[in-house]
Amino acid sequence: MALTFRLNGETVRITDASPSVTLLDWLREEKGLTGTKEGCNEGDCGACTVMVTDSRGSKALNACILFLPQLQGKSVRTVEGASGPDGSLHPVQRAMVDHHGSQCGFCTPGFIMSMVTAHANGATDFDDQLAGNLCRCTGYAPIIRAAEAAKDDPVPDWIAQEGSFIWPEISRGEAAGRRAEPPSGKQAAAPPLLPASSDELAELYSAHPEATLIAGATDVGLWVTKQLRHLPQMIFLGGCDDLKGIEVTDSAVRIGAMADMNALRDAMDPLHPSFAEMLRRFSSQQIRAAATVGGNIANGSPIGDTPPALVALGATLHLRKGGDRRELPLEDFFLDYGKQDRQPGEFVEAVSFPRQPDALKVYKLSKRFDQDISAVLGAFNVTLMNGKVSAARIAFGGMAGIPKRAANVEAALTGQPWTEATIGAAAKAFDQDFTPMSDMRASAEYRLETARNMLTRYFADLNGQPVSVLEVRP
Amino acid sequence: MSVSKPLPHDSARLHVTGAARYTDDIPSPRGTLHLAFGVSPIARGHITGMDLSEVQNSPGVVAVLTAKGLPFANDVSPSIHDEPLLAAGTVNYVGQPVFVVVADSHLNARIASRKGKVDYQEEPALLTLDAALAADSRFEEGPRIYRKGDAAKAIDAAPHTVKGTFELGGQEHFYLEGQAAMALPQEDGGMHVHSSTQHPTEIQHKVAEAIGLPMHAVRVETRRMGGGFGGKESQGNALAVACAVAARLTGKPCKMRYDRDDDMVITGKRHAFRISYRAGFGEDGRLQGVEFLHLVDCGWAQDLSLPVADRAMLHADNAYLIPNIRIESHRLRTNRQSATAYRGFGGPQGMVGIERVMDHIAHDLGMDPAELRQRNYYAPMQSPDAPAGEPQDTSGQPLDPDADLASRGAPVQPAKTSLPPKDVQTTPYHMPVEDFILHDLTAQLLKSSDYAARKADIAKWNQGQTHLKRGIAFSPVKFGISFTLTHLNQAGALVHVYQDGSVHLNHGGTEMGQGLFQKVAQVAASRFGIPLEKVNITASDTGKVPNTSATAASSGSDLNGMAVKAACDTLRSRMAEHLALQHQASPGDVVFSNGMVRIGQDEMTFEKAAMACYQGRVSLSATGFYKTPKVEWDRIKGQGRPFYYFAYGAAVTEVAVDALTGENRILRADILHDAGASLNPGIDIGQIEGGYVQGAGWLTTEELVWDDTGRLRTHAPSTYKIPACSDRPDVFNVNLFDGQNREDTIYRSKAVGEPPFMLGISAWLALSDAVAAFGTAYPALNAPATAEEVWRAVRRVRDGI
Repeated sequence: MALTFRLNGETVRITDASPSVTLLDWLREEKGLTGTKEGCNEGDCGACTVMVTDSRGSKALNACILFLPQLQGKSVRTVEGASGPDGSLHPVQRAMVDHHGSQCGFCTPGFIMSMVTAHANGATDFDDQLAGNLCRCTGYAPIIRAAEAAKDDPVPDWIAQEGSFIWPEISRGEAAGRRAEPPSGKQAAAPPLLPASSDELAELYSAHPEATLIAGATDVGLWVTKQLRHLPQMIFLGGCDDLKGIEVTDSAVRIGAMADMNALRDAMDPLHPSFAEMLRRFSSQQIRAAATVGGNIANGSPIGDTPPALVALGATLHLRKGGDRRELPLEDFFLDYGKQDRQPGEFVEAVSFPRQPDALKVYKLSKRFDQDISAVLGAFNVTLMNGKVSAARIAFGGMAGIPKRAANVEAALTGQPWTEATIGAAAKAFDQDFTPMSDMRASAEYRLETARNMLTRYFADLNGQPVSVLEVRP
Repeated sequence: MSVSKPLPHDSARLHVTGAARYTDDIPSPRGTLHLAFGVSPIARGHITGMDLSEVQNSPGVVAVLTAKGLPFANDVSPSIHDEPLLAAGTVNYVGQPVFVVVADSHLNARIASRKGKVDYQEEPALLTLDAALAADSRFEEGPRIYRKGDAAKAIDAAPHTVKGTFELGGQEHFYLEGQAAMALPQEDGGMHVHSSTQHPTEIQHKVAEAIGLPMHAVRVETRRMGGGFGGKESQGNALAVACAVAARLTGKPCKMRYDRDDDMVITGKRHAFRISYRAGFGEDGRLQGVEFLHLVDCGWAQDLSLPVADRAMLHADNAYLIPNIRIESHRLRTNRQSATAYRGFGGPQGMVGIERVMDHIAHDLGMDPAELRQRNYYAPMQSPDAPAGEPQDTSGQPLDPDADLASRGAPVQPAKTSLPPKDVQTTPYHMPVEDFILHDLTAQLLKSSDYAARKADIAKWNQGQTHLKRGIAFSPVKFGISFTLTHLNQAGALVHVYQDGSVHLNHGGTEMGQGLFQKVAQVAASRFGIPLEKVNITASDTGKVPNTSATAASSGSDLNGMAVKAACDTLRSRMAEHLALQHQASPGDVVFSNGMVRIGQDEMTFEKAAMACYQGRVSLSATGFYKTPKVEWDRIKGQGRPFYYFAYGAAVTEVAVDALTGENRILRADILHDAGASLNPGIDIGQIEGGYVQGAGWLTTEELVWDDTGRLRTHAPSTYKIPACSDRPDVFNVNLFDGQNREDTIYRSKAVGEPPFMLGISAWLALSDAVAAFGTAYPALNAPATAEEVWRAVRRVRDGI
């Protein structure tokens, strides 16, 4: 396989790397660029953050779960490329020195690249921009002071120019070049496939139904880095631009499978702000920039955060296999733990839901507010008419082996007056809907009781009362 | 002068450009091999058979080693030789290394390490404190007990009592750089080791034993760590020893780093405690007697558990004068990772115990908890020995022979171990408290944080809320500074002045982010009166400074700063003597200041002076040595002076909690901390901010969960939650208390590594305060106070569940 991308301003052509080599390993082991650090190798600490730029702009991404073929035609900046060609420091680097932003320094390159990216994008919501970078030494305060101090400095030329050089198009279909001889000790892998449209994807996936689809690699990346799994055939979806769109019409919202979580958040903000707020807390900036809506649905995780919200909105899933398309209610896609209604060679094309007045509230409960996996995620969407519940769609993550609707709770609410008494009565139905489990995130009892309490919270929320400690100010 | 300036970390520019090299970043020679451990999947049992043929045949594998194949000592224990590098016959926790793979790449080593077929005869594992207690599974022959007065009698006679028991969880260090080492075999069989360690000398010692050579054949270098926090005091031994043994066997450089999950599963963590207490007190809230029972989860091997558990006992009083106290400590052996050093080294656990008692008493009496604490404080310092005013630059001044006695290696009279006079206030271990400054510090903090008014506002706000409540709490810190193992309180340094006037410096400490190198360089620059840029510090190296103590116990700058000062002063004296002779002046008239050397009426640059001394055949290289005076401690009796002095601080934290889910967060923290006359206020404030957030993390979101087979389920950042950026307080006011160390420490500064960690206790107490607002019962919060724990506490308080 042959790949071409830019690294710190220089064109790089790779002809002999396995498609499951991560950018992090390649930088450190092949290029000797050891500024980018391995902290966790699973996308949770941000020490490996790099800036990746393409025609859609610049993103901070975790290099530890970024496969080389995902970089095809893009431009990468590592910490070694954050400062100018003459060695002059980037404003965020200068500020980090001046404000004691580094102690042990190991997380620092990752912070620098998140800050460089935020600076280039003019983003100043630093708690969110840096939620994916863990620091154990500083307590973050000096890092935020540094980010604030540098925010008004102009973007240096070498960063500003990063977006101006974009390859005209991603190489189509199977990447050109010879099949790589696997380096000694590594299992043979077929050359990766890089479709440039959903039609090509449909064709390739039909021909290789055993292949692993790689969208953002935020989940599959861990199969490789943690489970050490061998992926004999990988299909990279990054070139399928036609799957990236989010279309909002008067009647419906249609989200392409390859829309990333940041794009979804932007789209949801005016329509369903509570959904957008949940997405603000969905993992981290780096993961949201990579993770896709299609991936979050297709992997069938019981703790994926978008499915319950989408189910509560009455979403329809759009699947495609070759030339055949079918639709089903999103909740019906999840059959059992680890089992989805998806045929070999079939892929998620989009998810859609009807436009509706906003009554959706999404409550994410986790040990840590930012960058954590939900213990319980509750999505509530109740329609009121003349003081009565005319329709209720309530769905949960973390409460069963699959994202699941609270059918009995919905039934207990529907047709009833929207009162505390109704809430109290409906709360009892949670026992019929869910038998959650205990694990390292929460006990079964806590899950069940807080799910119940979320209905109480929803009632208070619709009444305009404060319902979250995040709203409380000192 | 350089000291007391808020200069950036010496490596700051290297950090931000990615140029700073950590152990795994050091370019390795061609042919370097990589190691990975195969680990035990069970918590306790005997190895009955091993088939490692698949491991051996896995791609890239060069060698596989088991306990039987080790040439010399199979031991990586820092204490009593109970911790083999590779399990010999028995396994004692899930994650214990059983064999080690040597392969051509890190990935191939990892892949192969999972292919071992090991048969075990399982035995019932001790996975809880109760199980260990029932089985009498412990270190030491029985509980250790420290006492002063008669606690039981005093409690029984007191008008009021409280009692309770709570769980206090451990903590994963989560240094961002995982453990790593590289061994380079030398021509004579010796070994050059790069290790991410807080304790190069111990690595040297363990490697020497493992390859059957004297310590002189092993050289250990540590330029920097990507965080340590105590987790690299002993836990790096296994990697360095494995690399050295493999390098000896293969003749090739060998390198090992733990993947994050391996790191969390294999290495030790902070000790979890269960603390039971009983306290008797008067109507005025004054303590009359306190009893503590500490059940300490030490894990499977002894490691540093005894001094950790001791230090917990030594901090069971925190800032309070307790007339009658009894502390009983059980060091229990369980089938978990061997708990190890972690910032505070048991002190935080001991301190949480007494702060819990204070919280409980204040709740029962309905008294303001800050007021209650102040009433129980030790009496204020009576006679500050420290000179008033700013620290003086004494460069160029004649040396004070008395002040330098210790640093010249002169014998120090052992402190008397007899009990101090009765009219002197003492700790539960009979050490006089002479430097207590918390009365002033507390008054300043309560004022600057507007504690009283905010407390009233919060109470009012809470009345209008159903599901949300706020809470506020104050807590003080008094932390003992010195290694309790007295002989560790020593340090060495090596200083060269080159003929161009540049200065090269090594000392026994290691750099893990705390800014030690910069502080020590500031000391050297100040002694010579030269700009900091003239001073260069290179990697800690056992070949340059031998017999070092671990960089631990917050002692780094105290010990090494003094050792460096001693070396610099030796050189300065030699230079002064030579220059004085040449200029017909007396050495006392030679002054080193502002990059210049003044000799009476004459003046020259330091560079010229160095050249003149070189040409005058003056030795421009010197070692320095320091040992802490006054310390003397009998850990069995629980008597003496284990600490040279105490470091102080206090915090006020405000939080919000949600009864429906237990979700909670810190809204504001105000801190006033005593770093003595700070060597570098910028670095010290960094230690305080970072320590607070790490301490608060320990007591809130950082939950370690093992399943009932003994498997750690929180073994990566996806499941183990250290504070993220938004978890720091919205409002975070951190200030240094204006003062100087009463004792004669380096420029009258105080140690600052560990003490601020315990300021985070105020966050836990604030959660207790907020939860208490939901009802009348005492919240009896366990730690960590995760959302689930807070939710449970609300139910206890409100619903009596």
